[in-house]
Amino acid sequence: MIWPRSSRYYCVVKDHLTLVINGENRTLPAVSNVLEMLSQLGIAPDRIAVELNGRIVRRRDWAVTAVSDRDKVEIVQFVGGG
Amino acid sequence: MTYSLADDSLALGGRTFRSRLFIGTGKYSSFTLMREALEASGAEVVTVAVRRVNLSDRSKESLLDYIDRDRFTILPNTAGCYTAEEAIRAANLGREAGLSDWVKLEVIGDEKTLFPDTEALLAATRVLVRDGFVVLPYTNDDPIVARKLQDAGAAAVMPLGAPIGSGMGIQNRANIRIILETVSVPVIIDAGVGTASDATIAMELGCHAVLMNTGIAGADDPVAMAAAMKRAVEAGRLAYKAGRIPKRLYATASSPLQGISR
Repeated sequence: MIWPRSSRYYCVVKDHLTLVINGENRTLPAVSNVLEMLSQLGIAPDRIAVELNGRIVRRRDWAVTAVSDRDKVEIVQFVGGG
Repeated sequence: MTYSLADDSLALGGRTFRSRLFIGTGKYSSFTLMREALEASGAEVVTVAVRRVNLSDRSKESLLDYIDRDRFTILPNTAGCYTAEEAIRAANLGREAGLSDWVKLEVIGDEKTLFPDTEALLAATRVLVRDGFVVLPYTNDDPIVARKLQDAGAAAVMPLGAPIGSGMGIQNRANIRIILETVSVPVIIDAGVGTASDATIAMELGCHAVLMNTGIAGADDPVAMAAAMKRAVEAGRLAYKAGRIPKRLYATASSPLQGISR
């Protein structure tokens, strides 16, 4: 994870961030971690899995895992299947 | 002693099941209908797929709202995966979403037949077993591949009876019998069952369970077909345990040949 040198500077120029979520560009108000991102997206946190830049983020780590501009996010759930 | 279904359970992946019918949750016109079919089937293991959450329409209900997780073991699949890497990733996403180590492992080799790529299937099985998964691989009806999957640590082998969704029944009974003699893990027929008699044949051959989706979900009346499949699997299991008579070319009379009044 590469953070801007000054987080204050980051906040000034970036009050939104754009993520690639499930293949779509989505601009969200600046969120600092996976849990906040899910909340912004209105996704109930139960029975889903989240992958950030190709790595699964365990549920217990959602609140402490930062998301940054241009991150690639996959959010999956169970659907009917054989 | 007379065999009784009530005393017979299937041991699989450290759990035991009363029902030997596993069913899929795809292709139903509604979740309500699916739930009724699950109920009628008596199944205890249900398969599900792992797919992207719909970001634009969050109002949609969740499949799992219709499946009582205290009663059903959820078996996530890796359907749609064409490489070992994709399947391993899907299995891990399923484990994270479902908090269960079970996976119905599919590595598809070809879009038209949906036959498994058994080389990639074996590679993925080895990795997932190492990572602590209970791996139930969808495979072809090849006894050598079945043995290799067992050796790789698969908890069962799940040979197809016929192509997925084809409803053609068990096409190669001889191979299924050889697989049953080759491996000691449970053999579960996965794919190809079109109607109740297909499921019965699988069980009469000695298979330990049958997994199906389209055969039930695609029927005109899925709930009635689910009930039929429940009975078909039970009937086949009973017949297998009862020990059938040998096939003979000529007749043997059922009534006494003596004392015929003339």
